[in-house]
Amino acid sequence: MSPATTLRVIGSLGARAVKQTFRRPQLMAPLLIFPTLLLAIQTGGAGRAIDLPGFPVVNGFFDFMLAGAMIQSTLLAGNTGGIALAVDIETGFTDRLLAAPIPRFTIVAGRLVGTAVLGALTAVWFVVIGLLFGAEINEGPLGVLAMIGLVTLSATAFGSIGAAIALRSGSASVVQGMFPLVFVILFLSSAFFPQELLLEPARTIAELNPLSYIVEAVRDPVIGAFDATNLLEGLGGLAIVATFGVTLAALAMRRRLRIG
Amino acid sequence: MTAGTAQLSLRSSLHTIAAMVRRASNELLRVPGAAIPGILAPTIFFLGLTAVFGNLTNLPGFDADSYESFLIPVTLMQGAGFTGAATGVNLARDIEQGLFDRFLASPTPRWVLLTGLVLSASMRALIPGTVLFMVALATGVEFPGALGLLIAIAAVMGMAMVASCWAIAIALRFKTQSAAPLMQSVMLALILTTTAYAPQELLTGWLYDAALINPATHIVEAARQGFIGDVSWAETWPGIVALLGLVALLAALALRGMRRTAY
Repeated sequence: MSPATTLRVIGSLGARAVKQTFRRPQLMAPLLIFPTLLLAIQTGGAGRAIDLPGFPVVNGFFDFMLAGAMIQSTLLAGNTGGIALAVDIETGFTDRLLAAPIPRFTIVAGRLVGTAVLGALTAVWFVVIGLLFGAEINEGPLGVLAMIGLVTLSATAFGSIGAAIALRSGSASVVQGMFPLVFVILFLSSAFFPQELLLEPARTIAELNPLSYIVEAVRDPVIGAFDATNLLEGLGGLAIVATFGVTLAALAMRRRLRIG
Repeated sequence: MTAGTAQLSLRSSLHTIAAMVRRASNELLRVPGAAIPGILAPTIFFLGLTAVFGNLTNLPGFDADSYESFLIPVTLMQGAGFTGAATGVNLARDIEQGLFDRFLASPTPRWVLLTGLVLSASMRALIPGTVLFMVALATGVEFPGALGLLIAIAAVMGMAMVASCWAIAIALRFKTQSAAPLMQSVMLALILTTTAYAPQELLTGWLYDAALINPATHIVEAARQGFIGDVSWAETWPGIVALLGLVALLAALALRGMRRTAY
């Protein structure tokens, strides 16, 4: 199959994934409603945290939280993409794709393209929400573009983990059951609070959690300035997550093909 | 209706309510995993939020020494909220499978069906409540005293009734388990738009106003008092009034939904 045809297959499967999410509100709602609700509540509930000694200088707690909400949304996008893939497996759609003369990796790649698009859309949603409610993005339009790019990559990376779980289990309820883990990973990172102000053992774990570096890279353009080190660390975090997810997905696909 | 007939009718209604509570208990024994959502999510939130926001107690005006003690009543309410919402999801499943049609076709009054469902939810809520309380004690939360614990238990059971009335109303309106996120997220919003994260004076922006008018704030405060200080009637009665008001309002909504359903 020519590279152009392969790309067309990935594009078609990606477009299907996006349409599927828009047609099922129960898939779309968690990506936007839950992180937005938590953003609003945590900003109002813990807003005075900026007065704590050691809290970075920010325009407001809302500005600080914006990156956390975006990354939370990408984790949920990865989980939602996994659920949709598992539903495809349960209903036999994936079997039909496996029987079709297309490269196997396009099945996962198509799903990841869909997740990436959803990630970009959620990034735009939070930028709009942020600007509407008074966030100041220090790095301006260039910063906004960098944030959207990083959030899109983040959705893709976490989507690969969702796809791996779906391929391994073949069950939507198993992938759905991973939902609480999203919050474990988030709480054990600097998504919602500065790392230095987390309590132990969360502080030490956050230091080792790649998610912390991804969040900091997204947060930089809002509360500070572009920092090459933070950006590289963020991209490194994304590479770790993506490598982990893609490897697991490849192994799960191979196993699925072997057992039939 | 003669006094004898009325007594017979009441006895029959109580039997039906007991049977529905028993059915819910059987369900839990046969599918123990059904209790997990009411335990797992609040536990993760409790441990996660205390690790993240634990330093908020250093803010001037924060009226608790331990964030764990401050947060545990909210966690208990969350557990009760999820358990109550699960009652609605189960009802939606019964509607989808046609079982609830058979209940409606029986001569049982609608209020009896509703009471059975709501009471079973309030009792089931004690399971996540007990587990969460144990987790809290293990993480250093101080025992709230007998009276404080009693108030917390009442608040847990009451909040489960509130959540189940809401979830039942939604299940009867949409008749599908897909409405589960609506059942859960509204309860989550009701509980978190209170003094969940910080005392009223330390809340900022819209949440300050929302917590002031949200009746669930009084329920959280009533359940919290034993954990962070002494129990007083002044902190307790607003919680009781708020619980009774919410249950009455949402039970009326659920009953209306039940009466509008076919048969």
